[in-house]
Amino acid sequence: MVSILAVDDSASMRQMVSFTLKGAGYTVVEAVDGVDALDKAKAQKFDCVVTDVNMPNKDGITLIADLRALADYKFIPMLMLTTESGLDKKQAGKAAGATGWIVKPFNPNQLLKTIKKVLG
Amino acid sequence: MSIDMAQFHQVFFEESFEGLDIMETGLLNLDMGDVDAEEINTIFRAAHSIKGGSGTFGFTSVADFTHVMETLLDEMRDGRRQITQPAVDVLLGSVDCLREMLTAIQDEQDVDEAKVTEYKKQLEIELNGSESIETTAIESVEAAAKKPVDNAQTGWCIAFSPHAHLLKTGNDPVRMFRELATLGKLTTTVDLLGVPDLFELDAEECHLSWQLDIIGHFPEDEIDDIFNWVEDDCDLSIQILSEQEGLDGQAAAMESIAPSQNLKTDVSMDTAKPKETGLSPVTKPNSNKNKKESEKSVAKTSSSIRVDTGKIDTLINMVGELVITQSMLSLVGEHFELNKLDQLKNGLSQLERHTRELQESVMNIRMLPISFVFSRFPRLVHDLSSKLDKKIELVLVGENTEVDKTVVELLSDPLVHLVRNSLDHGVEMPADRIAASKPETGTITLEAYHRGGNIVIEVRDDGKGLDKEMLKNKAIEKGLINEDAVLTDKQTYELIFMAGFSTAEKLTDVSGRGVGMDVVRRNIQSLGGNIEITSKLGQGTTIAIHLPLTLAILDGQSIAVGDERFIIPLGAIIESVNVTDDMINRVVGKGETFRLRDEYLPIVRMHGIFDVVSARATKLTEGLVVVVDGQGMRCGLFIDDLLGQQQVVIKSLEANYRKVEGVSGATILGDGSVALILDIPGLVRLSNQ
Repeated sequence: MVSILAVDDSASMRQMVSFTLKGAGYTVVEAVDGVDALDKAKAQKFDCVVTDVNMPNKDGITLIADLRALADYKFIPMLMLTTESGLDKKQAGKAAGATGWIVKPFNPNQLLKTIKKVLG
Repeated sequence: MSIDMAQFHQVFFEESFEGLDIMETGLLNLDMGDVDAEEINTIFRAAHSIKGGSGTFGFTSVADFTHVMETLLDEMRDGRRQITQPAVDVLLGSVDCLREMLTAIQDEQDVDEAKVTEYKKQLEIELNGSESIETTAIESVEAAAKKPVDNAQTGWCIAFSPHAHLLKTGNDPVRMFRELATLGKLTTTVDLLGVPDLFELDAEECHLSWQLDIIGHFPEDEIDDIFNWVEDDCDLSIQILSEQEGLDGQAAAMESIAPSQNLKTDVSMDTAKPKETGLSPVTKPNSNKNKKESEKSVAKTSSSIRVDTGKIDTLINMVGELVITQSMLSLVGEHFELNKLDQLKNGLSQLERHTRELQESVMNIRMLPISFVFSRFPRLVHDLSSKLDKKIELVLVGENTEVDKTVVELLSDPLVHLVRNSLDHGVEMPADRIAASKPETGTITLEAYHRGGNIVIEVRDDGKGLDKEMLKNKAIEKGLINEDAVLTDKQTYELIFMAGFSTAEKLTDVSGRGVGMDVVRRNIQSLGGNIEITSKLGQGTTIAIHLPLTLAILDGQSIAVGDERFIIPLGAIIESVNVTDDMINRVVGKGETFRLRDEYLPIVRMHGIFDVVSARATKLTEGLVVVVDGQGMRCGLFIDDLLGQQQVVIKSLEANYRKVEGVSGATILGDGSVALILDIPGLVRLSNQ
């Protein structure tokens, strides 16, 4: 079973992402911020990480950088969900090791398409 | 796959309202001189989340509006923009406007477009110094985005050399090729020239490059999309492959690489397909029926409560204990012999303890910190004090005191009224305060604490206090009391609660026209509480609200009158006495009274009021008199006997039967019989008639 870690401080977004991915047959674990996500990622290896950028405690970009430093997450696809269409956030994300990004607002189909793209 | 987004709306609204509260608190806390970066970041994050959510869930008007706020906040966060009081005020107004928008959308009502436009304009003026010119720019960008497809083009020739670190971003070239193959017929030629010797090879790096030829009629954008994420991590060139060129180019490329080591793979669409279809059957759980149901469930706004998970854990523990006790008891009961009596008693007392604990933890779930009510006041005080040109500091004490959810909901309006009154009538103008040698800034304190089984909420100000003479004159002027009435301090202050009493010389739009205080008191009384005022002229006023902790369970004293059982709220009982003949007094027109120390109290004969024919005691000396206090007034209830004290679950009599004077509800006793719960203030009123 392909497992995905969905990270967002907004409960509605988190539920939407999780519901969409579960509906497509993935196993989804939710995390409420970067710190929570890092704990969960250490406890269990995920095949993909989808994270919001702007979060309290630890933002998505730092999370990605932290995860990339772990052996288990060296090559795992990690996507950032971002409303910031500005280049700087994407660039910062890429520099931290993000695979790609999904620009908010997005609909479930776009999310699924992108996830399928990285997971094959 | 279609997913019904409506199912997430409720959560979205809840978190958006929370976000708005966070923004409001944050904005109010902003110190113009020394802005805390984290504070502004928190405000920004809340706006950002609302924007993201509203866009995703299709509330574009909200998303557009928040976008402007977000841009403004972003500039403040980056230090590109000075944080000024006018800007903060505009943001505060926008928070209100956004709250109204969301409420309207949630209730499926029309949004007040004019107001939204007005606030948006203000934000844009704050942002740009003038109204927005952004919209046209966006349109032109969109128009340019779609490049026309060249008719002569039959395919594309792509040279793709990823940088060594590409794999470490989680991007897999095979994945991109598979995607390319969905666009047309793809031929990939790999170039192994860059691969170092085995001993120098770092397995985590990518040293391959590819020549990708794809035959198909589609715009370049679609290729750009696929390489979008990696454009900085590779060297990429995309060229048109025209019909002739296509074949030549392909041949040339093959030749040029042919002598060296090269591999050629054919990735057809078919190879990519199975993986995709593997997932699709699962993606159809959302039939139309589901959709309709969830829409319906969203339409009726459910009342929900957020519960600390710790409380739920306690509850689950309790239930676990209960199950153990139950199984122990059933074991005892299976082959019961008299020598097991101790075991049985033991089990029953455990059961009783667990049931009580369970009840307590369930009640605890309904308890919310009073901060739910208090949190709106910083804003209120901020807005009103600037409106009134007063300097006022609000102090909140005991915000974590927990109260029943119903109390929290119903407490809000009365408190607003009291705080407004303190602001408007209590605290003086700065100049007057200085003249009275008080600090220029007045203080209003909101404090909550537990006392006995009650919660007490105090609204305190250090303002001018109540002028007893003025109150009295006003009441006489209004015809509320007689000119020669002699009033105690308490009774004088009570005048404020009379309908039609207003002490403000001028009516202001802050605290209205004096229709409020009687309503405030009625609201508090309907919650089973009471309200009292203490004041010192020139030093300030304190208004204390006493409320029961919960409205669902009551500590009661059960009493007997004949065969009937009644419950007196324990908090109302002062003492019970055996009266003797010399204590009893009959006052003409006032009925029976008795003297308790140096006070004469009216006597209410319970058997008379409730028509109990089986009453054992009819002479006052034969029964008991329970002295009760109902909103500061006392009377003695004449009863047969005191039984036991117990917690009773209140059932509404009004909802099941009708309102009965002197009765506030009913409860079911342990033996299954019904007992009426006495409304002590109501009975005291009756006794005075």
